[in-house]
Amino acid sequence: MSLSGNWYLALSAVLFAIGALGLLVRRNVLVMFMCVELMLNAANLSLVTFSRMLNDIGGQALVFFVLVVAAAEVVVGLGIIVAIFRRREGESTTVDDLHVMKG
Amino acid sequence: MSVLPATTVLLATTRVDAFVFAISAILVLGGAIGVVVARNPVHAALMLVTTLLGVAVLFVEQDANFLAAVQVIVYAGAIVVLFLFVIMFLGVDREENVAQEPLPAQRPLAVALVAMGLAGVLLLGAAAHWSVGPHAVVGGARGQPGGDVAALGRAVFTTYLFPFEATAALLVIAVVGAVVLARRPPRQVREEMRGEPQSGPEPGGGEPETIADPMVALAEAVARAVAVGLVPNGHDGAGVPLEEEPVGEGARQ
Amino acid sequence: MLHVSYLMPLFPLAGFFVLALFGRRIGDPLAGWIGTATVLGSFVVACISYAGLLGRPAGPLREVTQGLFTWIPVGGLQVKAALLVDPLSLTMALFVTSVSALIHLYSIGYMHDDPDYPKFFVYLNLFVASMLILVLANNLLFTFVGWEGVGVCSYWLVGFWFERSRPPSAGQKAFLYNRMADVGFLVAVFFVFAYTGTLNYLGIFSHLHAIPSGARTAIVLLLFAAACGKSAQIPLFPWLADAMEGPTPVSALIHAATMVTAGVYLMCRISPMLALSHSSQLVIGIIGALTAFVAALIGCGQQDIKKVLAYSTVSQLGYMFLAVGTGAYEAAIFLMVAHAFFKGLLFLGAGSVIHGLHDEQDLKRMGNLRRYMKLTTVTFGVGWLAISGIPPLSGFWAKGDILTNAFARYKPLWAIGLVTAFLTAYYMSRLMALAFYGDDRWREIYARPAGASVHGASSVPSTRGAEGTGSERETTEGGTERSGSSHGEVSGPATPEAPHEGPSVMRFPLVVLAVLAFFGGVLSLPWHPSWDPLRWLGPVFGSNLYQPVQSVGTKWALSIVDAVVAFVGLGIAMPLWSQNPSHAALEPQALRRALYVDDIYDAIIGRPSEAMARFGAAVIETKVIDGAVNGIARLVRSSGGVLRKVQTGFVRQYALVMVVGAVALLAWMASRALS
Repeated sequence: MSLSGNWYLALSAVLFAIGALGLLVRRNVLVMFMCVELMLNAANLSLVTFSRMLNDIGGQALVFFVLVVAAAEVVVGLGIIVAIFRRREGESTTVDDLHVMKG
Repeated sequence: MSVLPATTVLLATTRVDAFVFAISAILVLGGAIGVVVARNPVHAALMLVTTLLGVAVLFVEQDANFLAAVQVIVYAGAIVVLFLFVIMFLGVDREENVAQEPLPAQRPLAVALVAMGLAGVLLLGAAAHWSVGPHAVVGGARGQPGGDVAALGRAVFTTYLFPFEATAALLVIAVVGAVVLARRPPRQVREEMRGEPQSGPEPGGGEPETIADPMVALAEAVARAVAVGLVPNGHDGAGVPLEEEPVGEGARQ
Repeated sequence: MLHVSYLMPLFPLAGFFVLALFGRRIGDPLAGWIGTATVLGSFVVACISYAGLLGRPAGPLREVTQGLFTWIPVGGLQVKAALLVDPLSLTMALFVTSVSALIHLYSIGYMHDDPDYPKFFVYLNLFVASMLILVLANNLLFTFVGWEGVGVCSYWLVGFWFERSRPPSAGQKAFLYNRMADVGFLVAVFFVFAYTGTLNYLGIFSHLHAIPSGARTAIVLLLFAAACGKSAQIPLFPWLADAMEGPTPVSALIHAATMVTAGVYLMCRISPMLALSHSSQLVIGIIGALTAFVAALIGCGQQDIKKVLAYSTVSQLGYMFLAVGTGAYEAAIFLMVAHAFFKGLLFLGAGSVIHGLHDEQDLKRMGNLRRYMKLTTVTFGVGWLAISGIPPLSGFWAKGDILTNAFARYKPLWAIGLVTAFLTAYYMSRLMALAFYGDDRWREIYARPAGASVHGASSVPSTRGAEGTGSERETTEGGTERSGSSHGEVSGPATPEAPHEGPSVMRFPLVVLAVLAFFGGVLSLPWHPSWDPLRWLGPVFGSNLYQPVQSVGTKWALSIVDAVVAFVGLGIAMPLWSQNPSHAALEPQALRRALYVDDIYDAIIGRPSEAMARFGAAVIETKVIDGAVNGIARLVRSSGGVLRKVQTGFVRQYALVMVVGAVALLAWMASRALS
């Protein structure tokens, strides 16, 4: 017999919360990105859990696509980060430096 | 043959899956907290790997074997590697001062909000009894002929065929975008940035590249078309530097 | 034969279009002949319609409606553009078209050499078309179309010489007085429609019982208010004197013979309603009598020949309203027709004098013209005798009818009317004496340089401005007219030449009108029992007509009194004024400034309005309205300036805000799930 899905969902919620917290608190752009990946993983976990609880393969299919899109997103996102921060020699890569769009 | 009833008995008596879950949960949460707390970005990446592996174990525990494999290969194997590449590229020793927080009330607010959010989600889930009962929309997940791989394959290639093709296109676009974004600026501007005298306008606007890869050629063509707007290095495609905003002086920690 | 009636307003309307489009190319004098021809065509059609009506028996069969088209078909309001051809409207049409045709003919000569010659006939033709629509319309709204049409043509024609400074403002004054009065017309139309559901005259008269008596009085008085404006009665009369800034043919046609009689026509048209409201009849009678008296009084002190005639017109219109007030509609119409003839004649004669003296209008600078302008003198004399009420000319009979009816009904009003008759004879004789008798004062004027006139401070409707010395048209204004002479300057030739008669196109109408003025009264004499042309108006008014029961002796006595009064007035004025042109005691400042009515209106209405307008422009416009509009803009800008501080530029703060939103949503969902 397997564990009730509620535990997995709770775990997924906590993981998501930690990822959100990290996104808000950290200033290093790459770490922030990693926190986004944490959140995506939390979502994947909950999707798989629901797929098991509701006996629907659609959840796993969605996870499949989320994985693909996350990969693409990381590619482009890191490309942007590289493009922005490559010429700042010797400075810290904090996202707070990008406040040109101040209103 | 006799192992099976023994395993079953073992399972029934010792609750292996709960045990596995507990270990995995510790891995996941530990890794997550590590990502948030680590000062060195490389450490954070390694902690991320921990989390990903924990999540993969949880996938296996829920009979999503294929996805676990994909998770390890793609996420831990490709994406984190990509992260590490960029970390190395941008400077491994760039550490941020975690103790200090320039934005007012950011941390307390973040903690409070996240806690509230978490509480809300848990409450909602418990109140709605999470989710119960057989509810298949696309197709069954458990006990399918050929296992979960075949079921997933069937779902992706029939019901979700269009999204599948779309993600393929998305991947192509992402690759092109990455190449465009990561282009080095033309030699002239690089010399300017280094402070060396220029030797006149460069024909073609870039160093001569041997065009071997059609993908690179495509990327070059696209890049020439969008160079003005997309490259935030402060110059347009012709090498004329735009106005530079004074970034970094005030926010440098 | 009656089915051609629609051509009556159509001919001048066609003339208007043709002259408006091609007038400039047609030019002087053909444009004038075309204008005259269209009005003459209308007159012919009127005569044909007259014959057609005569062929029918008297009574309702003589009320012929000819529909043209449906104008406003909106639910309960069905207004047709249709003509009502009955004795009343046809009488009006006949004299309007005949007098108009004669004045068109006159204008060919008078306006010769005017640079805007074709435009004059454009406006005149449009005026005649509007006037005919007014008198022939079969419902209140279509009448109103003509009513407004004549008003606007009057504005255009009074301000015809718009390069000068006074004609445009005089035109505006005329138009504004008319428009103010038209509010009464419109409100009356609303009342009528509300109570009867129809605006058609015949329909209204058959539904009169549906209107409560208070509303009836209100409607009548509102329409009378409109008539006061159009016919220059108290308190809306000052515009007529200023309207003399227009060319003399305009004054003759519009402000003597036709437009100003529209008010009287309207009153006669609604006579069934009038008959049921005695209080309003009394009001109309009182105002008519008072106006007659006051205007006559003012006329005694005027110096400009046209202003005297203008106030005389107001006075005679007062008589007509007195007649309407006593219910003597036939007498009112009789005087209207007779007045059209002799007042038109007097104005055209004045125009001849002005033309002959090269734009001189000041009576004190004329004199002894009977030696030089014989035809004008004779014809003017006929008009003079007619208006003074000297038997056996038309004016005597017409005024006599009115006074007789007034005597039978309201004796105080009769007394006022009688005094006014004396004053009429007096001031007309004064005018005759000053212009045609006495010494050749004009000769001395010509020898003197322009600007050194005897009477510097003249009356409000002043004559030639004596202050300026320049001979340009701009500075020396004050009713200066351009006649057909080649002398453009106001100062005239260095050597005085004798005043001369105008061309034959100007002389012919004078003769015709003189004949009509002389013999018009004869038409009402009972030559034969079955001959009574005025009786043909009788069925129109029916029982509403006031038929006083007076003994023959009373009637004779009243007539003799009328004649005596006229002769006395004449006898006093002629010797007094022909020998000595200046009697300051008889021309007090009050009379010369028209009893200060203009000044009073200016103080009560004009200046406060101007102050309010200035206040509005300076305060309300700039501070309130602009302030509000600019204030909104400023508010938007400042709030935008405040709100943009939300955009700090820090991505992490944006993320925080997103989390806030998400948490809020979650909280809401949780609260719903828990409750």
